[in-house]
Amino acid sequence: MTMTTTAPPPAHALDVSERGPAAQGSRHDEVVVALSPAFGGFFTRTIVDVPHGSVLRELFAGIEEEGASLRVIRVTHSADLAIVAFAGAKLSGSGIGVGVLSRGTTVIHQRDLPRLSNLELFPQAPLLDLETFRAIGRNAARYAKGETPQPVPVRNDFMARPRWQAKAALLHNKEMEFVRSGKPVELEVAIGR
Amino acid sequence: MTALRAPDPQTKASKRTEALEARPVNLDGFVDEWPEVGLVAMDSPNDPEPSIGVEDGRVVEMDGRTRDQFDFLDQFIADTAIDAATAEASMAIDAGEIAHMLVDPRTPRTDVLRVVRGLTPAKILAVVKTMNVVEMMMAMQKMRARRTPSNQAHCTSARDNPLQVAADAAEGALRGFDEVETTLGIVRYAPLVALGLQVGAQVGRGGVLTQCALEEATELRLGLRGLTTYAETISVYGTEKVFIDGDDTPWSKAFLASAYASRGIKMRFTSGTGSEVQMGNAEGKSMLYLEIRCILMAKGAGVQGLQNGSISCIGVPGAVPAGIRAVLAENLVASMVDLEVASGNDQTFSHSDMRRTARLLMQFLPGTDLICSGYSACPNYDNMFAGSNVDCEDYDDWNTIQRDLQVDGGLRHVDEREILAVRDKAARAMQAVFEQLGLPAITDAEVEAVTYAHGSNDLPPRDVLEDLKGAQMLMDEGITGLDVVRALEAGGFRDVAESLLALLRQRVGGDLLHTAAIVGHDGEAVSAVNAPNDYAGPGTGYRPEGARWEEMKRLRHTVSPSNPEA
Repeated sequence: MTMTTTAPPPAHALDVSERGPAAQGSRHDEVVVALSPAFGGFFTRTIVDVPHGSVLRELFAGIEEEGASLRVIRVTHSADLAIVAFAGAKLSGSGIGVGVLSRGTTVIHQRDLPRLSNLELFPQAPLLDLETFRAIGRNAARYAKGETPQPVPVRNDFMARPRWQAKAALLHNKEMEFVRSGKPVELEVAIGR
Repeated sequence: MTALRAPDPQTKASKRTEALEARPVNLDGFVDEWPEVGLVAMDSPNDPEPSIGVEDGRVVEMDGRTRDQFDFLDQFIADTAIDAATAEASMAIDAGEIAHMLVDPRTPRTDVLRVVRGLTPAKILAVVKTMNVVEMMMAMQKMRARRTPSNQAHCTSARDNPLQVAADAAEGALRGFDEVETTLGIVRYAPLVALGLQVGAQVGRGGVLTQCALEEATELRLGLRGLTTYAETISVYGTEKVFIDGDDTPWSKAFLASAYASRGIKMRFTSGTGSEVQMGNAEGKSMLYLEIRCILMAKGAGVQGLQNGSISCIGVPGAVPAGIRAVLAENLVASMVDLEVASGNDQTFSHSDMRRTARLLMQFLPGTDLICSGYSACPNYDNMFAGSNVDCEDYDDWNTIQRDLQVDGGLRHVDEREILAVRDKAARAMQAVFEQLGLPAITDAEVEAVTYAHGSNDLPPRDVLEDLKGAQMLMDEGITGLDVVRALEAGGFRDVAESLLALLRQRVGGDLLHTAAIVGHDGEAVSAVNAPNDYAGPGTGYRPEGARWEEMKRLRHTVSPSNPEA
């Protein structure tokens, strides 16, 4: 057995500001990225220390590469990934939303699906690296354009549980402290170089 | 006096620290307790104090809440799990005294059951909190329902290859597992993989029970059709919120349980510490308190048994102080209410071999109805339950620990020749059944490969799309267990057909509904009814001896006094 300690990727400073209630989108090629209550706020990194600025930078880059348009909202009334992502999908002009929790767990959702279903789910946050986030952005954009992309390959690590499960539980309960009632809000996001 | 110098470990760590940092145990995740959200094993300030109120034969107050304050779990437990007639007397006994009854071998198991029947969740928690792990193991040795311990295996394939599952089930059954379980990557593959598990298991040993873990409706459908012979993935939770998020109630779970019972199919519920806090809805209660509510819910629903021991959330109790003590406590509590317990040890738990063994010994030493639920009979890379605490690369270690301690963990060393023979036979039986049922052909090359394979990496890939069409055909045509019996017979595997038919007949007899029922080597059900645990201290109860002990003495490599150079 070898210990691998990967140095955290270079951080991209993230500046998130709220711009009032999130509006219903009208652009047919729109992807709405829906963030959980404490993403880029109390929390600044995923469960494996990927900086939130870098997560969004890759997601946005993936969406832009495919030429889709993009909007970011924050869901404040729940830290449940399905609820966060589904709220984004419902506000999206294309019906496609990407939900991201602070610890990194991500899902691509579509407004016509049942809430607990999804287009693509990435449940093992510790395995989500920058490359995967970019691929998720690309696929979300392709769904928004009406295409049917090959799903992003999901990695699996049977030793992820002993290493990360308890921290995930702790982070989830921590994020739930930031849940407050209210409708999703529009975000303006600035990512530093 | 010289002042102690304080070197900075940030700039230079000692060689010893470097060695310790490199140990596998430091890859495991540990967290500090956080009782306010329930991230605590068995001692939260928010756990209620035990109390009981009974009026007109009905529980009107339980653990500090009156009936109008009950949530639906309280209501279900109060009305179905607690014996209102004896509750006040039981609750009046000091928790420490009840713990003494549990540990003292001279107090008969049935006396303990009678007292526990009247206890509330908070009182049961108070009882086990007085016990250390050795006392809990002493109690488990007596409270286990069936006289003999047993073991269960996972047989899965990263490629959902039905042939691999059949061969591993055959080998697992031959090595001693009494139950084997599978699940899928691609759910649509389920009918073929369930078929492989069933055929393979009967080749290894007639009477081994099989189940396929799926979404509840499909799992039930396969059971009704006789393509599986037990079920265990019926999950229950310790808070109302988590139940509701899963679109369930205690009553809907009880209804599902009765659907299985109506067809004579063995079934147990599943629960475990950590699930509620993992989902962020533990209401600040300790993991064990919430699990005790689950256990009483299972008891109240009338199922014969429970799979618990944290199960898929083991990383959560495993990361907090006394978490593994709490996991043993939850197994013990299931036995205390006279349920069969399939006691976990079924998910990857630690990077450290020392730590995963220490965790295992809690159930292995006293013996539980099913020590693992289950043991990975495939390499962990093929384990579609996300990996087990022990896998097929640990067989020799397991057998050696059994032999060292003379403790029966349900397995045995088997000669390579016998293993290859059953793997080959299972694969050929599958080849015949696939041909008889009009499923995509299994080639001789595949049979050869799976006989000698370790895991799916050693197998030629199957045409997945064709297999999925075949699986759909099986479902559309309503193929049942009896059709499989016919196919085996027509394909020249009469003995396997007879074993499977005998197993299907058990459903009509209903013996598999008895607590802790498994099917013995003579084809008869062995349960807490006809083989109850009779442990009553030193020299009593089940101890491996005679032919079984001789079998346990065999290992892969031993030096013989009669022929030391062999």
